[in-house]
Amino acid sequence: MEKELLFITVIGEDKKGIVAKISNFLYKKDINIEDINQRIMGDGYFVMTMLVDIKNSIIPMEKITRELEKIGKSLELRVQLQHENIFKMMHRV
Amino acid sequence: MPISVEEVYETASMTLYQNLDIRTTTLGINLKDCIDSDFKIFKKNVYDKVFSNAVKLVEHARALEMKYGIPIANKRISITPVSLVMESHCTKNKFIQMAQTLDQAAADAGIDFIGGFGALVQKGLTKSDRMLIEVLPDVLSQTDRVCSFLNVGSNVAGLNLDAVNLLGGMLKQTAQKSKNAIGCAKFVVFVNAPEDNPFMAGAFHGVGEGDITLNVGISGPGVVKAVVEQNRECDLTQLSEVIKRTVFKITRAGELVGRELAAALSIPFGIVDISLASTTAAGDSVANVIEAFGIEKIGAHGSTLAIALLMDAVKKGGAMASGNVGGLSGTFIPVSEDEGMIDAVQKGALGLDKLEALTAVCSVGLDMFAIPGDVPEETINAIIADELAIGIINNKTTAVRVIPVPGKKAGSLVKFGGLLGTAPVMEVNPFSAKDFLKRGGRLPAPVTSMRN
Repeated sequence: MEKELLFITVIGEDKKGIVAKISNFLYKKDINIEDINQRIMGDGYFVMTMLVDIKNSIIPMEKITRELEKIGKSLELRVQLQHENIFKMMHRV
Repeated sequence: MPISVEEVYETASMTLYQNLDIRTTTLGINLKDCIDSDFKIFKKNVYDKVFSNAVKLVEHARALEMKYGIPIANKRISITPVSLVMESHCTKNKFIQMAQTLDQAAADAGIDFIGGFGALVQKGLTKSDRMLIEVLPDVLSQTDRVCSFLNVGSNVAGLNLDAVNLLGGMLKQTAQKSKNAIGCAKFVVFVNAPEDNPFMAGAFHGVGEGDITLNVGISGPGVVKAVVEQNRECDLTQLSEVIKRTVFKITRAGELVGRELAAALSIPFGIVDISLASTTAAGDSVANVIEAFGIEKIGAHGSTLAIALLMDAVKKGGAMASGNVGGLSGTFIPVSEDEGMIDAVQKGALGLDKLEALTAVCSVGLDMFAIPGDVPEETINAIIADELAIGIINNKTTAVRVIPVPGKKAGSLVKFGGLLGTAPVMEVNPFSAKDFLKRGGRLPAPVTSMRN
């Protein structure tokens, strides 16, 4: 089966446990992490992006979004899940 | 090349902080095949075709919102101009029943507006066109979702002043019959109306279109404002360049969502309309973009140049991003739906005269502005005729959506609520063009050479 790749974007203030909490959740739901990057942006925001493959996920995308939003709230961060196609369309000609 | 953190952040910020959304997904539906000599069957055919398609639109649009994390603000329907399909059922009662049928189908399917209860009268009026205009005050005040338009002129036909002369009275009646004159917000009069415009209130499914088509409107004044704010010192050429790049990106997002949605519905993808459209949400204002250019308040001298630059950059960015750019594709400057516009009117920076000048360089025209209820109907007709003349002579679409609010004087404020916002009542020139408009007839189609 072909991979189904999505980006998780985490934006906010850097703190302990962000990667641990999110990757633990993904592991439990059988979602594979393909790539992780993080950076402090010019405007001071901490940004982490994870490229994940959800083809084997035991829960549907809608539920993943909701769960990630919950984790985001508990860490006071904005978390967003978006299919990789949109980034390819917007940033690659 | 993999997508970088910066690129992911830029896209995520657009939706999280800058109000980027797919403003509308509008399904154009041909109603000609619904016509039947038995009016009951005709209505049932219309209801069934609209409802069954609209339900699918709502369902698939929701799934895509989730997939791409971009909100789809509105799901809408546009239909074949109703006066065309009602030619053989031309009674007041039947027109009202048809409007109610459309309103019900939209409501049952979870659609917020259904556009196309209108007519193409650029050259003349049929019996059915006249009947449609006659019932509009009732239709616009008694239904919630039905939107109406008239196309009263074009480059090749000229301007039908006889049709314009019917509108002031119609609008005043509509205003009387609906709370806060809100019915008038659902009616637009055009010249050179595009047949694939997805934006309300003027959307309709043109007679040159296929059976069913999906058109998408993407909007991001907040995104453009953010990029302008990051480039405070650059010259106009560079400013145009950064706007173009941003609009390119958001148009690509619109194209992606439109294509996938059309594929999911198994129908052809029509166009993506790249118009910058304000909402009443804080920061989602076209006026604020102009102000970020370095203009104190929209309406100040310099605003026309600023709008011209913005408009042109939007078009260039959009045209590069998609081969399907259509509809109105420019910049909307509605008064009541844009907090920067409202503020500019209230502070005296923007009046009706300057607003008219701005519309000469931007789409789509004088939009969502309130005037005192005691303005004579001939003057309303004259406001409309002036704006439409700009479109005819300049080869562009122009339109008017005017709300004469009974009992209100210039300077007062009318709250419509929701997407329609709040309108400061604007002052109107007290002198009359009554005798000029009384002449009626048609402004001849303009010459297309000698264009100075």
